[in-house]
Amino acid sequence: MKGGRFTNVHQSMTFTRRMTIVGGVQAAFGSLLIARLGYLSVNQNEHYQLLSESNRVQLIVVPPRRGWIVDRGGKPIAINRSDFRIDIIPDQLEKPTETLRLLTSLLALSADDVDRIIKELKAAKGYQPVQVAENVPYDQYAAVTVRLPEMPGVQPMRGFSRFYPTGPAVGHLVGYVGAASAKDYEEEKNPLLITPGFKIGKEGLEKTLEKSLRGAPGGQRVELTARGKLVRELTPKPDKSGSTIRLSINADLQEFAARRLGEESGSCTVIDCLTGDILCMASMPAYDPNSFSDGIGSTEWRMLSQDERHPLNNKILSALYPPGSTIKPMNGLALMAHGIDPDETVHCPGGYRLGNRFFRCLGRHGSVNMRRAIAKSCNTYFYAMGNRIGYDNIAPMARRLGLGQKFDLPVASQSFGTVPDSAWKRRRFETTKRLIERPDWTSSDTLNASIGQGFLIVNPLQLAVMSARIASGRDLQPGLVGVRTKPAPLLGIPQEHLDAVRGGMWEVVNGDGTAGASRLQLPGIEMGGKTGTAQVRKIAGSQRGQSGEWKYRDHGLFVCFAPTSNPRYAASVVIEHGMGGSRAAAPVAKDVLTFLFDRDKAMASLTALETQWGGTLAQRTARRQSEFEALSKAALSQSA
Amino acid sequence: MISSAIIPQPLARLPWRLIWLVALICTIGVVTLYSAAGGSMSPWAVKQGVTILGFAAVSIAISYIPESFIKQTTFPAYLAIVVMLVIVEMVGFVGKGAQRWIDLGFIRLQPSEFMKPAIVLTLARFYELLPAGDVRKWRGLWPAAALVLVPFALILVQPDLGTATMVLLGGITVMFIAGLPMWYFVSAGAALAAALPVVYAMMHGYQRKRVLIFLDPESDPLGAGYHISQSKIAIGSGGIWGKGYLNGSQSHLDYLPEGHTDFVFATFVEEWGLVGGVLLIAAFFLVIRWGMSVSKKAKTRYGQLSAAGLTATIFFYVSINLMMVMGLAPVVGIPLPLVSFGGSAVMTVMICLGLLMSLERQARTRSTLQ
Repeated sequence: MKGGRFTNVHQSMTFTRRMTIVGGVQAAFGSLLIARLGYLSVNQNEHYQLLSESNRVQLIVVPPRRGWIVDRGGKPIAINRSDFRIDIIPDQLEKPTETLRLLTSLLALSADDVDRIIKELKAAKGYQPVQVAENVPYDQYAAVTVRLPEMPGVQPMRGFSRFYPTGPAVGHLVGYVGAASAKDYEEEKNPLLITPGFKIGKEGLEKTLEKSLRGAPGGQRVELTARGKLVRELTPKPDKSGSTIRLSINADLQEFAARRLGEESGSCTVIDCLTGDILCMASMPAYDPNSFSDGIGSTEWRMLSQDERHPLNNKILSALYPPGSTIKPMNGLALMAHGIDPDETVHCPGGYRLGNRFFRCLGRHGSVNMRRAIAKSCNTYFYAMGNRIGYDNIAPMARRLGLGQKFDLPVASQSFGTVPDSAWKRRRFETTKRLIERPDWTSSDTLNASIGQGFLIVNPLQLAVMSARIASGRDLQPGLVGVRTKPAPLLGIPQEHLDAVRGGMWEVVNGDGTAGASRLQLPGIEMGGKTGTAQVRKIAGSQRGQSGEWKYRDHGLFVCFAPTSNPRYAASVVIEHGMGGSRAAAPVAKDVLTFLFDRDKAMASLTALETQWGGTLAQRTARRQSEFEALSKAALSQSA
Repeated sequence: MISSAIIPQPLARLPWRLIWLVALICTIGVVTLYSAAGGSMSPWAVKQGVTILGFAAVSIAISYIPESFIKQTTFPAYLAIVVMLVIVEMVGFVGKGAQRWIDLGFIRLQPSEFMKPAIVLTLARFYELLPAGDVRKWRGLWPAAALVLVPFALILVQPDLGTATMVLLGGITVMFIAGLPMWYFVSAGAALAAALPVVYAMMHGYQRKRVLIFLDPESDPLGAGYHISQSKIAIGSGGIWGKGYLNGSQSHLDYLPEGHTDFVFATFVEEWGLVGGVLLIAAFFLVIRWGMSVSKKAKTRYGQLSAAGLTATIFFYVSINLMMVMGLAPVVGIPLPLVSFGGSAVMTVMICLGLLMSLERQARTRSTLQ
């Protein structure tokens, strides 16, 4: 054919040949298609069946119910309330502005909420839902459900929310829960964390006991369409609720103490002085953990963090104070341990001369022995005696009684202060020399520390432990979880030493001591205690921290135990800027201990006080809450 | 052909083997559309059934048109369609809207749809008129190339890559069968292969992404690879016997997009399995073989070339669609004729079949007269 003329014959031959080629190619494609079909549906069948099944069946994580936190008597401190919630799936949101506007009117969302939702929507990625509202009342929930077709991406749900019946009274103790942050998720990679409405512990016991409280998620196996519409439910896998955790706390006492602290900024710690169980850990003012579990508004957060009374700070574990005179009974034990006879007297002319410096006492006490020195809180006695044995001999007793100690507690953070001695001071100031501080321990350091000032810094829990160890003579360790019945082992301090300081402490309250006004009004039950006043700033002239601006006033402290005949409860009360232990702290301790023995009597005096303060804690919290809301509204209308 | 005294002659002379095959394919289509709608005659199954019956009638009608008439109207029809393509292009351009179809009430027709059979007939006519001696010359190539490339370009800028490709492939097939030198095709193929890297380099980012996703759809299962991934899942999960009629979870739960149009094969195979899929492919293969036999039996050059070209058009429809849904070709938007919901492909294929039946009838008639 090559070269020659292309004729009809050639054409016909070519046609036949080309048709064969075309037919062959078509047959080849046909075989290829059938081979491919066979490969997909036979060879790869298992693989694709799995994929199709995982398409069809989705496991909707059913978050477990969070375990309850109950008090030593089983009374609930943190529980779960069934609630309605509304979420937005950002991916499915089609008309953000209209949807948000409609939701705002249906749910009466506050400006703060809208603000937060917009922020979260902007930051949201993929299918992680953004919460619109929790604890939605049924009427509003129904209103949203009805108008759902207009709002693609809006997801109404039933869930559970954490509820703290006593609100701020347990704020610092239990902390709060909140939605897991992106960082939490990064760390744990648990899909449960991004389930809408699922909360994890963010602070306090909720955080530290997270493992036991969380439980195990269940799964609802459902058949879903590609658009996420539910077709039918398959057999579910049940979830496992978190375990209930029983605390050593006495919930009623906790609430009473919180209420009794009133508008003061302070704390009250009560310990069972035989076992070490912490019965009460109230730090006020406190935040309401309920407002955190609902998602706190930015205005409320700002108000809380800017408050000079530090409602976000747990004053029992995180605040440190000079203990003031409250450590004098401990000093007494240290002195006796170093051979000082408690009956030996020291003359108090209103102070103690060390070289050319005169260290002042609170008054002229004349001739005082240890018991009187504790009762009258005579600085001169402890200056003199402390200087005689030296602070390096006192510090071990301070540590033995719990000062400077970090306790083994499930708490998020714990500041444990300083029990100074010469070694500590050398370490502290060797490298960082300061003009007024030398690395060597001086007698004036001893004098300052002997009256609970200077380098000695403690937290209120340590004071309560100290008081409890003095009261029972036992080496108790404070406990927060579970109820212990076995008394702690003895410390090994001679009984007569303990008797001597307890006698002094008895006199503080029941004799002519500094806290005479706070003796228990209960037949046959007496309280022993020790007042303390901690300087906030240096005494300057006549300025003694007893007047002037609130934040420069002295702290009032009080440690105590009762009954003195057979000590069972020990407590510490610290009132920030309360000016003095006897004036501010001891009355609180008196009422709190009274509550343990006679509730009605204690409640009666509390009711009288709360009338003066303008309502119960719950009422005042609700009022503050509405103030926050008004403020946030005002702030938003201003910015708009 | 059924030879029975009971059946009237005109009916008995219809190519019944083909009609049964087409009826089988159409039934599979309607039955699958019923399932795709979640077990409902609406919105697709009934409408599709009516469309098919309508165009089947048209097809039978076409089968009675004499070859000479078809031949005569070929060039005018071609010109008319090109003019229509230009007009819709201009209207679309002026109106800034993409109105590329003509609304006939029950069906929206794209002029480009008519071009699929028209290009085949036009080239057949061209090569019929061309003296045999010129086939291997330049004269045998450039007019044909122009006839193909003008509509190809017009459709490509619409843009409708699928239809444009089909027009091009149909034209090339006729040119191949007409006997253009083999080296044209070999070298064109080689040039295309050589150009691919250059084309790839010149592509936009999103176009490249499409290519990459076609090569590995699982790399973007929720994005652009979603169609292919879900289609493969539907086909693969059906297994040998399928999940059973009305039990296809992929299509019923909307995981398979376009389960009633381009991806209807996946919907069908998910429920009927490998067995159903092979049956459908075999039915199409037999239709195509019938078309090829028409071409071989045709007595005129026009008949040979157009029958082969029309058959190739049906073949391209089927094979490109099936390769697409099984992940062997990129998704270009070509339906499975007679099965996918939609009138355009039914119309085109029925026209092709009608013309084939007409050619077959005349080949037969002539042969009996000889």
